[in-house]
Amino acid sequence: MKLTLKIWRQKSPEHKGKLIEYRINDVNPNDSFLEMLDTLNYDLILKGENPVSFDHDCREGICGMCSLFINGRPHGPDRGIATCQLHMRRFNYGDTIYIEPFRAKAFPVIKDLVVDRSAFDRIQQAGGYISVNTSGNPQDANTLPIEKSVSDNAFDAATCIGCGACVATCKNASAMLFVAAKVSQFALLPQGKIEAGERVAHMVKQMDAEGFGNCTNTGACEVECPKEISLENIARMNREYLKASLSR
Amino acid sequence: MSELNAKIPVGPLAEKWTTYKNSINLISPANKRSLDVIVVGTGLAGGSAAATLAELGYNVKAFCFQDSPRRAHSVAAQGGINAAKNYTGDGDSVYRLFYDTIKGGDYRSREANVYRLAEVSSNIIDQCVAQGVPFAREYGGLLANRSFGGVQVSRTFYAKGQTGQQLLLGVYSALNRQIARGKIEMFNRHEMLDVVLLGDKARGIISRNLVSGAIDRHSAHAVVIASGGYGNLFYLSTYAMGCNASAAWKAHKRGAFLANPCFNQIHPTAIPVGGPNQSKLTLMSESLRNDGRIWVPKDQEDAKALREGVKQPNDIADADRDYYLERQYPAFGNLVPRDVASRAAKERCDAGYGVNVTGQAVFLDFHSAIYRFGKEQARIKGLDTDDDRLITRLGEEVIKGKYGNLFQMYQKIIDQDPYKTPMMIYPTTHYTMGGLWVDYNLMTTVPGLFAIGEANFSDHGANRLGASALMQGLADGYFILPYTIGDYLSQDIGTGKIPTTTIEFEEAELQVTERIHRLINNKGSHPVDYFHKKLGTIMWQYCGINRNKKGLETAMEEIKSVRLAFWENAIVPGTAEEFNEELAKAGRLADFLELAELYAKDALFREESCGAHMREEFRTTDGEALRNDTDFAHVAAWEYKGEPRNALLHKEKLVYENIEVKQRSYR
Repeated sequence: MKLTLKIWRQKSPEHKGKLIEYRINDVNPNDSFLEMLDTLNYDLILKGENPVSFDHDCREGICGMCSLFINGRPHGPDRGIATCQLHMRRFNYGDTIYIEPFRAKAFPVIKDLVVDRSAFDRIQQAGGYISVNTSGNPQDANTLPIEKSVSDNAFDAATCIGCGACVATCKNASAMLFVAAKVSQFALLPQGKIEAGERVAHMVKQMDAEGFGNCTNTGACEVECPKEISLENIARMNREYLKASLSR
Repeated sequence: MSELNAKIPVGPLAEKWTTYKNSINLISPANKRSLDVIVVGTGLAGGSAAATLAELGYNVKAFCFQDSPRRAHSVAAQGGINAAKNYTGDGDSVYRLFYDTIKGGDYRSREANVYRLAEVSSNIIDQCVAQGVPFAREYGGLLANRSFGGVQVSRTFYAKGQTGQQLLLGVYSALNRQIARGKIEMFNRHEMLDVVLLGDKARGIISRNLVSGAIDRHSAHAVVIASGGYGNLFYLSTYAMGCNASAAWKAHKRGAFLANPCFNQIHPTAIPVGGPNQSKLTLMSESLRNDGRIWVPKDQEDAKALREGVKQPNDIADADRDYYLERQYPAFGNLVPRDVASRAAKERCDAGYGVNVTGQAVFLDFHSAIYRFGKEQARIKGLDTDDDRLITRLGEEVIKGKYGNLFQMYQKIIDQDPYKTPMMIYPTTHYTMGGLWVDYNLMTTVPGLFAIGEANFSDHGANRLGASALMQGLADGYFILPYTIGDYLSQDIGTGKIPTTTIEFEEAELQVTERIHRLINNKGSHPVDYFHKKLGTIMWQYCGINRNKKGLETAMEEIKSVRLAFWENAIVPGTAEEFNEELAKAGRLADFLELAELYAKDALFREESCGAHMREEFRTTDGEALRNDTDFAHVAAWEYKGEPRNALLHKEKLVYENIEVKQRSYR
């Protein structure tokens, strides 16, 4: 397979970036997208050029480290996967592929396609937890039965991998789906209800402070989320937020 | 050679941990505030340790190379976590979990540690539920369990095929709570490049900021290595791309003994290699063996036709399929331990029955399970139990509920629908049982240097049972280290802040900087991956599922020559003062190229077969691992002596007082 790549190259946060064109031949359709980039990098290194920096780690769609905005879509054209699970068979001979970083004010570029997503960590630090001591002696797990459907919904929200695709695809660069997923997981579970009000208030405050935009319900985040996290979570977060605002 | 003292508390096995906890020194809250601890790695072990230590009042600095602690590779663990809760009432107990783990490890682990692990296992589940980890539940609202390899009870708790992710997010939330309190200073995108000793004690580390390239000194009263295993020696493995052994290897070079490095788990069910550019392999959880049946054709002609694509798996009639695990191991069937299942797959493929284009794959088939579940659902729902299409649909829904994400992963990689066509799987490197030697306190041979989780040699002996890695990581971090490190730190309450201006820090920093400059200024002709692939090939060929004397000797020579070639001929582009992944990779590979040689040496010295270590010279007539308990019932702990091959062997004798040592049988 023969392809043209247009890849965002940016030396550092201070430097200006631009799209650089690379032509590659003999791409194996069964290679993953990141393996295609590995091959490109191998050749660039042999030519004495700097390889393209991109984030990746587990390469099985669960760590959330990989990003990439491929032909205008986070994690590329397929639904329900991260970039590392995208395979070259999804493209055609002669295609031109645009590869850019996840762009948002709150995700500054570090280098090339690598962005700084530490804003997500700070939002979680603001309240994304249940305040129990880990060295304590909790009660037996089965003394707290939880309805299966409730637990399953909490699990679905908890599958968020924190990749930032929701932010990258949103025209407002909103992080509502990400924040809502965590708020929902805990708001649904009895263990998390106790601090639900404080949690949502603090997390939303931090989200705003990080410079993420607001939600205008376009639903693009749900479409691009590699774990297909539902928009219902945003509705739930809004309810939780309203409840918290009224009672504070 | 010396005998190592594991400092196992005296007294009956079941009381050791309680007695120990009652007799150690405690530190007052005020004094804890003046003690600093460094934790390297933030997976289940490191993250839980950092959170718990911070909660207790210590000042913690935690380091991870990823951009967030939430991404440590514990996140990828799929199937579950064991605990001796006996919720299913199928006869489980602390003793059974202890027994299964010792037996699964082929009698090469330490009794006292394994018993303690089994003892705290129940508490892990309670802890995680309190943190809001959404484990799978039954319709009655109670926790669900499933079964894993090498055991005859259902003691595995799970969250679909994403148990590791959910547990890690629980740990991450506990970490975040302490970061918010200011008790943990978190260093993302940092890696440890050396450990610093003042006198004989570990008192700090040298780190590199992977974004800016800055080299920094950090001091502490104790250092905890929780950086995982070294399976990426094999280049292709189920490990994440960044997983590395550098922190553990540096600790080894500073005096920590490395134990049983050749004990490496090859997992039987990964998606097979597809092509020459393959960069990693994806696991298909062991939990699938609850419902999937493993087979190859009985007839070599059928296997050939399958490889050539002339026949499809569903063309092979049931009578013409060899469900070889069920045939060879009727008692455990498809749920034999990992080492046994891996060897059996390799044996069938080597004998010419393998499928896939490469001949290096066997089938994992869900057809019977889909039918069985479908029929059950039709009956429960009062529907037509003779309608095959309906039964298939209902059965597929059940399978989707249990393993949906795994099936989706498979489909994306192989481009085939595993609901309709059996999965193809093949063994690959997955976990290393070997690691830094630790005593009962989880302390290495360097005072103040601890190792937890996969980074230590720990509790799994020569083979780890499924769903036990998550258990051990969290047990070490939440429940064991916080006690044992306290006992050690109690001597430091009057020490005061450790300065980073000493000559030892200066020298360590200089060594780190010099090595980086040597790598970056090497104007070679091959990228780092070129050498890593070469190393992987050697490891798989000589140090993988089967080993023999001649092969291991060859491996030692070849690894050394790749190491020399690497230092002479590797290209590392860019500079040391920027985000430079190739530089980070080069440093990690340089360490792998040393560790690999010691791995081969350890395998060469262990003249027996046990668990995952299969020496072709030492096999029973049935082809199973033949242990030599007279000469090798010990932990082999290696001391660094300049070159990997010059490492000096120390032994820790393994004594079994509470379990009868016998030939492992799963037949």
